[in-house]
Amino acid sequence: MAERSFKREVQHLRIGAGETFRGEGILAITKALLENGVGYVGGYQGAPISHLMDVLSDAQDILADLGVRFEANASEAAATAMLAASVHYPIRGAVAFKGPVGANVASDALANLASGGVTGGALMIVGEDYGEGSSIMQERSHAFAMKSQVWMLDPRPSLPSMTRAVRDGFELSEASNTPVMLQLRIRACHVHGTFEASDNQPPKLTVRDAIAQPRRDLSRIVLPPFAFEHEQEKVRDRLPAAQEYIRENGLNEQFGAGGPVGIVMQGGMYNTVLRALQRLGLADIHGDTNIPLYVLNVTYPLVDDEFLAFCGDKDAVLVVEEGQPNFIEQSLASILHKADRATRIFGKEFLPIAGEYTATAMLEGLRGFLSDHGGGVLSAHGRAPNHPGLVPPDLAVAVPARPPGFCTGCPERPIFAAMKMVEEELGPHQIAADIGCHLFSTLPPFNIGGTTMGFGLGPASNAAFDGGGERRSISIIGDGGFWHNGLTSSVGNAVFNQSDGVIMVVDNYYAAATGGQDVLSSRADNPTKSTNTSIAGALKGIGVDWVREIDRTYDVARVRDTLKEALRTDSPGPKVIVASSECMLNRQRREKPAMARAVSEGKRVVRPKFGVDEDVCTGDHACMRLSGCPSLTLKTLDDPLRDDPVAHIDQSCVGCGNCGEVAEAAVLCPSFFRADVVENPTRREAFRARLSTRVIGWLQARRSQRRLNFAA
Amino acid sequence: MTKAFRLPTGDRATDAGLIRIAVLAVGGQGGGVLSGWIVALAEANGYLAQVTSVPGVAQRTGATVYYVEMIPDRGRVPVLALMPSPGDLDIVIAAEIMEAGRAVTRGFVTPGQTTLIASDHRVYAVSEKIVPGDGQADRDRVRDAAEEAAARFVCFDMERMAEDTGSHISACLFGALAGSGALPFERRAFEETIRASGRGVDASLRAFGTAFDAAGARAEIPPEVARDPAPAEVIGPSGPLAAWHALCRRVGDMPKVVRPMARAGLRKVCDYQDVAYGSEYLDLLERGLARDRHAGGTRWDWAYSCAMAKYLAQAMCYDDTIRVADLKTRGSRFDRVREHARPRGGAVLEVTEYMHPRGHEVCGMLPTGLGRWVEARPKVGAWIDRRVSRGRRVRTNSLLPFLMLYALAGLRPVRRRLLRHAHELAHRDAWLAEAERCVMRDYTLGVEVLTCRRLIKGYSDTHARGVSKFDRVVGAVPLVETREDAADWIRRLREAALADEKGTALEGAIATVKSFAAPVGA
Repeated sequence: MAERSFKREVQHLRIGAGETFRGEGILAITKALLENGVGYVGGYQGAPISHLMDVLSDAQDILADLGVRFEANASEAAATAMLAASVHYPIRGAVAFKGPVGANVASDALANLASGGVTGGALMIVGEDYGEGSSIMQERSHAFAMKSQVWMLDPRPSLPSMTRAVRDGFELSEASNTPVMLQLRIRACHVHGTFEASDNQPPKLTVRDAIAQPRRDLSRIVLPPFAFEHEQEKVRDRLPAAQEYIRENGLNEQFGAGGPVGIVMQGGMYNTVLRALQRLGLADIHGDTNIPLYVLNVTYPLVDDEFLAFCGDKDAVLVVEEGQPNFIEQSLASILHKADRATRIFGKEFLPIAGEYTATAMLEGLRGFLSDHGGGVLSAHGRAPNHPGLVPPDLAVAVPARPPGFCTGCPERPIFAAMKMVEEELGPHQIAADIGCHLFSTLPPFNIGGTTMGFGLGPASNAAFDGGGERRSISIIGDGGFWHNGLTSSVGNAVFNQSDGVIMVVDNYYAAATGGQDVLSSRADNPTKSTNTSIAGALKGIGVDWVREIDRTYDVARVRDTLKEALRTDSPGPKVIVASSECMLNRQRREKPAMARAVSEGKRVVRPKFGVDEDVCTGDHACMRLSGCPSLTLKTLDDPLRDDPVAHIDQSCVGCGNCGEVAEAAVLCPSFFRADVVENPTRREAFRARLSTRVIGWLQARRSQRRLNFAA
Repeated sequence: MTKAFRLPTGDRATDAGLIRIAVLAVGGQGGGVLSGWIVALAEANGYLAQVTSVPGVAQRTGATVYYVEMIPDRGRVPVLALMPSPGDLDIVIAAEIMEAGRAVTRGFVTPGQTTLIASDHRVYAVSEKIVPGDGQADRDRVRDAAEEAAARFVCFDMERMAEDTGSHISACLFGALAGSGALPFERRAFEETIRASGRGVDASLRAFGTAFDAAGARAEIPPEVARDPAPAEVIGPSGPLAAWHALCRRVGDMPKVVRPMARAGLRKVCDYQDVAYGSEYLDLLERGLARDRHAGGTRWDWAYSCAMAKYLAQAMCYDDTIRVADLKTRGSRFDRVREHARPRGGAVLEVTEYMHPRGHEVCGMLPTGLGRWVEARPKVGAWIDRRVSRGRRVRTNSLLPFLMLYALAGLRPVRRRLLRHAHELAHRDAWLAEAERCVMRDYTLGVEVLTCRRLIKGYSDTHARGVSKFDRVVGAVPLVETREDAADWIRRLREAALADEKGTALEGAIATVKSFAAPVGA
């Protein structure tokens, strides 16, 4: 079950023509899929499209009513391979994943799908994780569209445009027998807005009906000689068909009056361009502008004649294309050159070569371009603002960086505390990290892991060290990565190559970093998915002999000792530790209401919480160097004798136990205590508590009567 | 260029009442809830609104920004931006004071334009927490900069307010936003929004109201309440009490500037042991004062004596097993735990202590003679360590475990006859002797040597590491003492020692000292 529930929101998916849809971009995309008669949907979660998977998962009854099949695919490759259903059958299918990392994984299936082409509309919704808030390498999915020759839509980031792009995408795909990528940036996925809804359409042919009459067409299979023919088809038939469809249906848009300069942009850049123009006094809030704008809602393929017509007799055109390389700018320059036009083309001269096109980058880029090439279009004030540029006070030293980290009570924290303790004892090791929440181990306070090579590839990335040496290499993999492809690519690889390394499987019961989606080994019962598959069973099945399971990661001493055993054992082959405890975010979401209910029903409930005795704590912060928990924080005491703040546990503590276990295992200090509040205690408990409280109180009073007592 | 352009006039004339709001929060603070409320508020009051964010992993305790734009609905669809523009924001809401600083640094806060609403509390970053010394960022500097940068700065501790009203900080921020008057909506409209959201409404409204009033009442930072520590109230049996008052009179005879620290130190020492120990403290301090006077302390504002009053108390109140047992079994501590855990009604509170005694600590609790005998025989020490060294969880709310700790604490009167005390005494005397020697030749160096005591803290390995750092820094005194800037060097070494756990920075600093202090021709 995902971290965020959309049960309430998905009811909006039922609305029909004449009603206004109100909500998040992702939800609007889902609604558009239903309005356009999609026959099957799937994908793999990852920011920024995780919520799309959550929405689909929560909308399964609505999907079922319409006869739409939903798959939570095992990976992006699996999702893209699923689009094979649209090869022979006229069924619309859509899958979602994040780009470009998802596109990397998908690219084997994508290339095969693109080669043979499709009959039914095939849509890949790619959430482009680029710029602020991104957690991955900064690349462009655009290159995948180009190399496989599938089309890429990049609509303006407003709900009407994005939902229209879904319709356009399906139709374009069908008109040109080519799969289509619909690219959405992070903010567009999460933008809250409105659009006019229409009725949901059941698929014209459902997948269920399709398998009653199986079809095949040898010419669509990627084998010679057909593969050679596919290549010809792509440029001979599909590309012109696509360009014609784009032109005839006005997929790209033009705004503004004529003039000597113009701006060409990816659709996704439109709002940022408009705001910059507004600030330069060249557009109003409704988008009316005097600068001609050519908005590429389709960024691949480009429509040559449409672009040439836009350029007309313009002196100069600015291409607003985020990221690098500047594929679009290069193509447009080539089109102009071959058409022997005098229009000059600019782009990265004025805008950043690499990196997000932020509001400031856009404003300064447009200001520069329009000052140099816009004739008198910019007012004197726009060219050179009178007030000096904003120089914010330099607080860079004062304001600490705040990278993401493990949540309060995270079960992965004690694993890395134990690893840090092992490293302190045995010296540093070669450690490879993986994708997932556990990647936060690379940051302070743990500083564990030196590389990350892709989802589920942690152990594989240590393969060169499989032969062993003075100290065994260690690699980390999460349960999400394990099932995504880690079992084969990482563990299978290690077994086959007789690796001597140690593999730590961090199992938190979910694909947690992406929002707590279920995976094969999730412990919850999921009515539509098969869960509870044993990771240890899979490891043994693939040939790992040395497997240790730890069913409570908070047992820091046990994790530490198990890891030491793995590093020292004589057993051949990979040594795999499966450390399992439930993701605390999800656990709290499940347990908190249940606990409150139990308390109000009069059941016995124990609420644990940790604390620090501030006068026992000496303010060395050794505990924090083995934790980093948000609830374990600093407190400055009102005591002139103290120089340093002491440790303090705030009210957000969930009582996971890490603090106490670490203090005990690392022999830190006796400052920590656990306070268990027993709600609705048994009679015996209550009686004992009263008795001991009375006796203890008497003893305390007795001692305090014999000494000086200083008021706090 | 020949064509005429109609240029829209004036920047703001085109924005048609657009309001731009950025919410900076730390993942998990409810920035999503707050921005959702703002959108709902706008939409219910004749505005079109849009909100965007970049959640993803930033939500996992990282810094994150939500961005809202709203504009009066006049029938035409506006083109709204998806990200905040530096220099172009009307309202910035920071759910933590350093995030307010981040907003200022990012240029989101424009003088004369931006209303900045910030909670004054701290959510410490990992980088601040893991420093062995004091790694806290400079809050005052950030507050001052925010004050200067904003057109209006509404700042108070909304986290505490949320806790006090049993709600969440998002409700307080919403209340402060309403109270600031920066949005063109009535208070009632805000409250309706909370009601319509339907979850924890009563608590949210309470928090909202409190913050609303606070924001209206003080648009500026409340002045720091200068807390004059009231003369500590002391109660106890008449004998020790009379002795205590006599000791206080001795403090009264000291230079005025030394008195507050001396009083605090005396209090700590008496609380730690007894009035006799307090008397010993004052004996040493008075001896220090004499040296101070001799060394010309009047010119230095008695810095040596002040440092001594502070660090001598720390040195005398070393953290031994008896101390821990004493603190853990006090009634006042039980009250504090109760307040922390907040058991309601008939709930029972159970308290578990996490302890890991080692042979070393047991040995320290032996009478000096016996202890030294054991110390001289490592095998016996190792045997003891094997017997005792393991994690022990002690239920201090149960009678038997409590009695055990209570009995340990009861060893207080004999503490001065135990091995640990002998060790501490020797260390203390050597330290004081070195400080006295130094102060006579270089006043500030003497003060620095006293201050080095700060390096010793913690228990077990941490304590050992602290002692080792102390030894290395104080051990460097002979290397620099002939220099004019000797005190500066010792201060630098101490700061290096506090910069990281392992003492890497300290090693480097000592290497530097050695490089220039190496005796020529040696």
